[in-house]
Amino acid sequence: MLLAISLAFLIEKIILITVILFGSLGVAMYATWGERKVAAAMQDRPGPNRAGPFGLLQPLADGLKLFMKEEIIPNGSTRWIFILGPCLAMLTATMTSAIIPWGPDITLGSHTISLQVADVNIGILYIFGVLSLGVYGVMLGGWASNNKFSLLSSVRAASQAISYELAMGIALIALLMMSGSLSLRTIVEQQHGFWQDGYFSWYVFKQPLGFFIFLVCAFAELNRTPFDLAEAENELNMGYHQEYSSMKLGFYLFAEYINMFISSAVMATLFFGGYNFPFMDQVAQALGAGSVWMALICVIVLMIKVIAFILLFMAVRWTIPRFRYDQLMNLGWKSLIPLALFNMLVTGGVILWLLK
Amino acid sequence: MQEALFWIVSFIAIACALGVVLSRNPVHSVLFLILTFFAISGHYILMNAQFLAIVNIIVYAGAIMVLFLFVIMLMNLNADAEPQKSRLVQFAGALSGGALFLVLLAAMRTAALSPLEKTTNDIGLVANLGKVLFTDYVLPFEISSVLFLSAMIGAIIIGKKGDAPNREVASGEQLDGMDNLVNTEQLSTGANANLPNAFTEADELEAIS
Repeated sequence: MLLAISLAFLIEKIILITVILFGSLGVAMYATWGERKVAAAMQDRPGPNRAGPFGLLQPLADGLKLFMKEEIIPNGSTRWIFILGPCLAMLTATMTSAIIPWGPDITLGSHTISLQVADVNIGILYIFGVLSLGVYGVMLGGWASNNKFSLLSSVRAASQAISYELAMGIALIALLMMSGSLSLRTIVEQQHGFWQDGYFSWYVFKQPLGFFIFLVCAFAELNRTPFDLAEAENELNMGYHQEYSSMKLGFYLFAEYINMFISSAVMATLFFGGYNFPFMDQVAQALGAGSVWMALICVIVLMIKVIAFILLFMAVRWTIPRFRYDQLMNLGWKSLIPLALFNMLVTGGVILWLLK
Repeated sequence: MQEALFWIVSFIAIACALGVVLSRNPVHSVLFLILTFFAISGHYILMNAQFLAIVNIIVYAGAIMVLFLFVIMLMNLNADAEPQKSRLVQFAGALSGGALFLVLLAAMRTAALSPLEKTTNDIGLVANLGKVLFTDYVLPFEISSVLFLSAMIGAIIIGKKGDAPNREVASGEQLDGMDNLVNTEQLSTGANANLPNAFTEADELEAIS
């Protein structure tokens, strides 16, 4: 294996990583504002409207407030693990963005710029790797707080994440059997345009059940309502971040919004064609394939899909009540996993039949 | 560059492995073990075995260590809960461990380790690995999967032993659920049809243990 890394390549990637990092932080910031506005609209009230026009400066005000608060580390806690918890939560939240293809390649003269940090050939497995590590932030934080409610909540969060990872993985196997590749770039390119060979090219039309299972599991993995058992305030006071204050609490809350953004991007990439859109060939011809404008349009298309998913997450949060814990486990183990296995078997059978 | 990375990753792996053994708090040990797994995954990536690297992280760092952490957190083991061993035991342990280390070192020093024959660079990539697993090694692969399945069923049955009155019904249901995935026809015959199965499975396990 050669590790020939030129300086230009390094600078290009560092710029890309910085842009993606700040982009996801920005989207997450305004997702907190959006969530309040969605909640307000559903409950027929104006929502945040004091800081700036339409309350647009509210996220900044919130951040400032959290930074100014007194920072309390409980006496009985394990200090460095207590600090490590929110750090891990933020780290794992931002790590997945590395393999998402945000747009097509840009060609500038003889130089090609890829809008993807790393096109690894195990892309989807990398997502699962990061996902399975995401539990640690919650578990360590909850344990280090030395509070039994926090501990209970972190155990709940971890068992929930482990249970739903299984169904999510099996649902994706069906998709992988159709794509024949683990690379996200390849999967996006297979969904080129909107209509191909007499059928929709997006995987959501080929794998509707798989997408549905993936969506439900994504809700559970994100600890969002109706699966936010880890933050059930009527049973657990507040959840795994009960002992946290100031920006450490902020990081936990913020990590949830980054996770929401990234998982929306993953779902848009895997099932909704990523940056592909109908009639993209004609648009590419008009603007020139590989031009900056084409890439910009593609990025905007992807962002529209992502924002649509985020709005769906929010709408569900404010309409559906929370599950009971046994209902959650029953749904995961007795409904979603058999359903995902069924989906996998049917997909395999159909592929075999088509090959013959 | 590659060699420098190798040394860095090796150093992290050994330092964290020592941390696992030396730290007093079991939770710290688990965290060090997770870091060790990461370092080992780094080694896999250096050998261009990306699939192995990521599976190592998903399975060991992501799933098994979470369960370890679970158990340790719920048992509430603290540094002061560690049993104090007598001087004699400590001395005996150090002596026997040191002797083993000495023997291994002596054996490794003179052993002629032939370097691994490197055919291609891409042997660890997922497509090649899958082809090899499902053509040349398909029988061992499938047998090991059956082994895992039986271990899973065994764990469920052993776990169900606690509530004696409900045992037959419960294990019957469990196996029914499993059959469900393979054969939907069995559902119509009712849960009771599977009861004999459950008994034989349980008896076999008891015979083994």
